[in-house]
Amino acid sequence: MSEPTVTVVLIEDEKQIRRFVRVSLEAEGIAVHEAPTGKQGLVEAATRKPDLVIVDLGLPDTDGIDVIRELRSWTELPVIVLSARTQEEEKVAALDAGADDYLTKPFGVSELMARIRAHLRRRNQAAASESPQVAFGAVIVDLALRQVTRDGALVHLTPIEYRLLATLVRHAGRVLTHRQLLREVWGPSHVESHHYLRIYMAHLRQKLERDAAQPEHIVTETGVGYRLVGAT
Amino acid sequence: MLYLLGVVFTAVRLGRGPGVLLSFLSVAAFDFFFVPPRMSLSVSDTQYVLTFAGMLLTSLVISHLTSSLRREARVAEKRERRTGAMYAMAGELGAALTTEQIVGIGMRHVSEVFRAQVAMLLPDSADKVRQKLDDTTTDSRALLLDASALDLDVGQWVYDQQKPAGRGTDTLPAAAALYLPLKAPMRTRGVLAVVTREAGELDVPEQKRMLDAFAAQIALALERVHYVDIARDALVTMESERLRNSLLSAVSHDLRTPLTAIVGFASMLAEANGDTRAPANAELIEAIHDESLRMTSIVTNLLDMARLQAGGLRLNRQWSLLEETVGAALRACARVLGDRAVDVHLQADLPLLQLDAVLMERLFSNLLENAAKYTPRGTRLAISAERVETERKPFVRVNIDDTGPGLPPSMEERVFEKFMRGEKESAKPGIGLGLSICRAIVEAHGGTIGAANRTDEHGRIEGARFWFTLPVEAPPPAPGLEEDERDAAAPQLPASKTTP
Repeated sequence: MSEPTVTVVLIEDEKQIRRFVRVSLEAEGIAVHEAPTGKQGLVEAATRKPDLVIVDLGLPDTDGIDVIRELRSWTELPVIVLSARTQEEEKVAALDAGADDYLTKPFGVSELMARIRAHLRRRNQAAASESPQVAFGAVIVDLALRQVTRDGALVHLTPIEYRLLATLVRHAGRVLTHRQLLREVWGPSHVESHHYLRIYMAHLRQKLERDAAQPEHIVTETGVGYRLVGAT
Repeated sequence: MLYLLGVVFTAVRLGRGPGVLLSFLSVAAFDFFFVPPRMSLSVSDTQYVLTFAGMLLTSLVISHLTSSLRREARVAEKRERRTGAMYAMAGELGAALTTEQIVGIGMRHVSEVFRAQVAMLLPDSADKVRQKLDDTTTDSRALLLDASALDLDVGQWVYDQQKPAGRGTDTLPAAAALYLPLKAPMRTRGVLAVVTREAGELDVPEQKRMLDAFAAQIALALERVHYVDIARDALVTMESERLRNSLLSAVSHDLRTPLTAIVGFASMLAEANGDTRAPANAELIEAIHDESLRMTSIVTNLLDMARLQAGGLRLNRQWSLLEETVGAALRACARVLGDRAVDVHLQADLPLLQLDAVLMERLFSNLLENAAKYTPRGTRLAISAERVETERKPFVRVNIDDTGPGLPPSMEERVFEKFMRGEKESAKPGIGLGLSICRAIVEAHGGTIGAANRTDEHGRIEGARFWFTLPVEAPPPAPGLEEDERDAAAPQLPASKTTP
């Protein structure tokens, strides 16, 4: 193999899910270190030098969110959270605590692999020079020139719309919670003003999506936040 | 004669004693003023002695009769008042629905009528009597018996023995309070403890009987409420029993079907010697995947229903745009909808709504899944939304139209019931929970949901329409749009010139 092996630490108490994730990741040439408890997971994450950590939110010994906080205190490793469907609030808490993404159980291997690849790529890109141009669909965002074009034509965005889009683009592929977006664009005093976000998202979609009612790129993660998908 | 009038008057106003006294005085005065020799009590004519005796006797009898009449009138009046109080209490007790209400009403009336401080001791689940405190009204504090005057052990004895005890009875007559069992036809329901403000108040047998009657009334009311509770519990138990049965039959059928398929396909794969690349095997794997997703959706619905039913459904309401929710639901349902195209027509100026986004997506997903389940492949669906007014209140009404066979007759309302399906025992997957979840979600948001068939001008069924409404609330302060635009129009100008 030309590139060095990717290593993942998997913190999950359910044996069957560990087995399923390990088998599917190993089939893709990824080395997996398993940990059934949060404590052990933190030790593994510290000693194995992984490229990515997968954390289940329902752990027997500690809260998954505490594990994420602990990890974030010393590393910027990508962290993907596994959670059940009805735990939107926990997902938001995990993302606000520093997780990069989440997967809802039950999930498919293709979904898991897509997320892992996206985060590893993002990390490598961040390590290299950040590309000033990002494209999704017919839209090209030039972060250096602060210009947005759609099908080659310049799109007029207000400053707030541009800030919102730029935030999404900088974290392309990653879920951003409502709070994170509000803090980033409007400032810490507006983290509860959800309607600002809804209104401006609708504007962005009208200007940039083919069908604002069925967006392909600026995707809603219901109850959690937003994600920009399909960006290259 | 004048003297007699005076005697009657005195007896009526002041009672027997003064009446008798006045009788003697009037005889003496008659003697003194009118009988010769005047201005002296001596009598010259013996005939007058007889007159005196007759006069005295008459006035004594009159004074006695008058005063006893007066006493009886007063007793009757008192009885009347108490009977009135009894009726008043019986009336109020009849309307009472909870034990707390009965305790409150009983204590108020007993304390009013008998001028007493009252405590009501009711048994707990272990048959130990306890004082029921009514914290809600401060004025009931005044009628409440002091804890020092109340002896719970005596209360317990009265409750167990079903005999009165305490002041004025054979048992523990030295106690401060009188304890009466609240005897109802089936059993004793509690103990009434009374301390009158005037010591002799309950010595009159009539008063005692009255208090017994009050106690019996209260006991009856307590028993009635007790049986009302039992009847209600029984009804709830029956209903949940019925639900459990439908749930069990639904789960056993609808979960077992995909499970059977999964187990079957998986065992076929296991026997195929691991050659997973064969096209037939790829089909098997696809089938397992589909069946698993089916099971997932059933389990999801069951869990949702359990969550909605568990009571205390907490909505996480935020200002949301319908367009976004529809988009998210369409994305989530892409696989189920397959090649059915969905036209979305949302009125351009729809207001922001206070919605729980997660439940809203669930609502749309369930309605879309339902439409997909009962319409042929390749047909069109349409989602539309507009502002409407219902009873002068603004709502947003959402319609989801399909072009399928429509609802079976008379099912328009019943499709939203639990475990109710349009087609009985059909091969279509699902357990009839999806739409009842929809109804729970819409109602939690303060809206209504319904279904009807759409017909063309000839009365032919064009398809089904599911609709629901969501209340429009006063909008939040809008973000400064103009300000944002102004910044955009003149970003290069110095700040001092942008503000007029």
